[in-house]
Amino acid sequence: MSVVKKSPWILHYDGTSCNGCDIEVLACLTPLYDVERFGIINTGNPKHADILLITGSVNEQNIPVVKQLYEQMPDPKAVVAVGICATSGGIFAECYNVVGGVGKVIPVDVYVPGCAARPESIIDGVVKALDILEVKRKKR
Amino acid sequence: MNILILIGIAMLAPVAGGLLTGIDRIISARLQGRQGPPLLQPFYDVLKLCQKESIEVNSMHRFFVYISLAFVVFTTVILLSGGDILLAIFALTLGSVFFVLGGYASNSPYNTIGSERELLQIMAYEPMVLLTCVGLYYAENSFFVKDIVAAQTPSIVYLPGVFVGLIFILTFKLRKSPFDLSMSHHGHQEIVKGITTEYSGKDLAVIEVTHWYEVIIALALVYVFFATAAPMSHVFAVIVCLLVYFLEIIIDNGAARVKWQQALKSAWIVTGIMGTVNLIILSFFK
Repeated sequence: MSVVKKSPWILHYDGTSCNGCDIEVLACLTPLYDVERFGIINTGNPKHADILLITGSVNEQNIPVVKQLYEQMPDPKAVVAVGICATSGGIFAECYNVVGGVGKVIPVDVYVPGCAARPESIIDGVVKALDILEVKRKKR
Repeated sequence: MNILILIGIAMLAPVAGGLLTGIDRIISARLQGRQGPPLLQPFYDVLKLCQKESIEVNSMHRFFVYISLAFVVFTTVILLSGGDILLAIFALTLGSVFFVLGGYASNSPYNTIGSERELLQIMAYEPMVLLTCVGLYYAENSFFVKDIVAAQTPSIVYLPGVFVGLIFILTFKLRKSPFDLSMSHHGHQEIVKGITTEYSGKDLAVIEVTHWYEVIIALALVYVFFATAAPMSHVFAVIVCLLVYFLEIIIDNGAARVKWQQALKSAWIVTGIMGTVNLIILSFFK
């Protein structure tokens, strides 16, 4: 039975960003969007999380942080890159300290572009990640 | 036949506890103006956790969680089968202590802080739980739940103060704000997830199921105050249990987490006033 689809717990990490996508992720938790309807909980603890939501690009400073968060999550796990910065580096891509999108450091399953990504598209991205989680669970 | 009843209690208690937790989450969401998760969400969560990898920090920190569950199941079975209430609460305390040891065993800073806070919580609520048992014995002359619920007058008549004190410390036991210092089901993330930070997969599922049992134990303690030999009183007792749970949900949503000093002080003051004064007054009439 695919219960993993019914209770995805999320870990949210904000890299080098303007906090725009960050706020949109938190907007998903508000009464207007209320992602808890789908059993989604913002855990803040990698060991409890199923899906890693990353907003903002990756820079030299936070590479070990992103890697460690990813490694601490128990399998099966999925990564969603939220916003254009997390997807490709966005307008910061050419900065001297920016490595680029999250995909350069850890394997990303779903890319949600946008500047800032709308809460609707973030929820859609998480729902797509659920299918990937289910495939990963069966492979284990 | 007896064995079957005991197994039935052990199987049905977590189902009831899980459903209550589901209702709790829906009511909390509605109080916050949200739709809220489906009723069976706690069960989905636990089933999902069972399918996930359990990361082992060391062998001991997992072991303690399972021992804790065993003692809590033991407590539930004793209480609900009409056994000795004193034995039940000592087993419950032992369960809590093993849970704390598990927290210390992982050596993570968040877990350690969570464990220390859990110890403080035990310190805060344990005197009142003991006084409840003493009071029930004083009122009904028996430590056995089956004798207490077969009395002619309900214990609440003799022990209103003890009952209020018990409701106060149930906030600790149900892990509700303002006394959810060691861990919380909600997004207070000052110490990540407190005592449960290092647990994942099946171990976390076991902690969640242990909590369902604890919800039933907490409400069973409320139940014995109202149940008497009259059959209708049992229906009334269940209604009171649900009302108490509803009250705890409202307190949970209406209060912010307090500092440990305040938690300890307020619990002991309430225990001192409500519990002891009630027992002193009772000693004049008995």
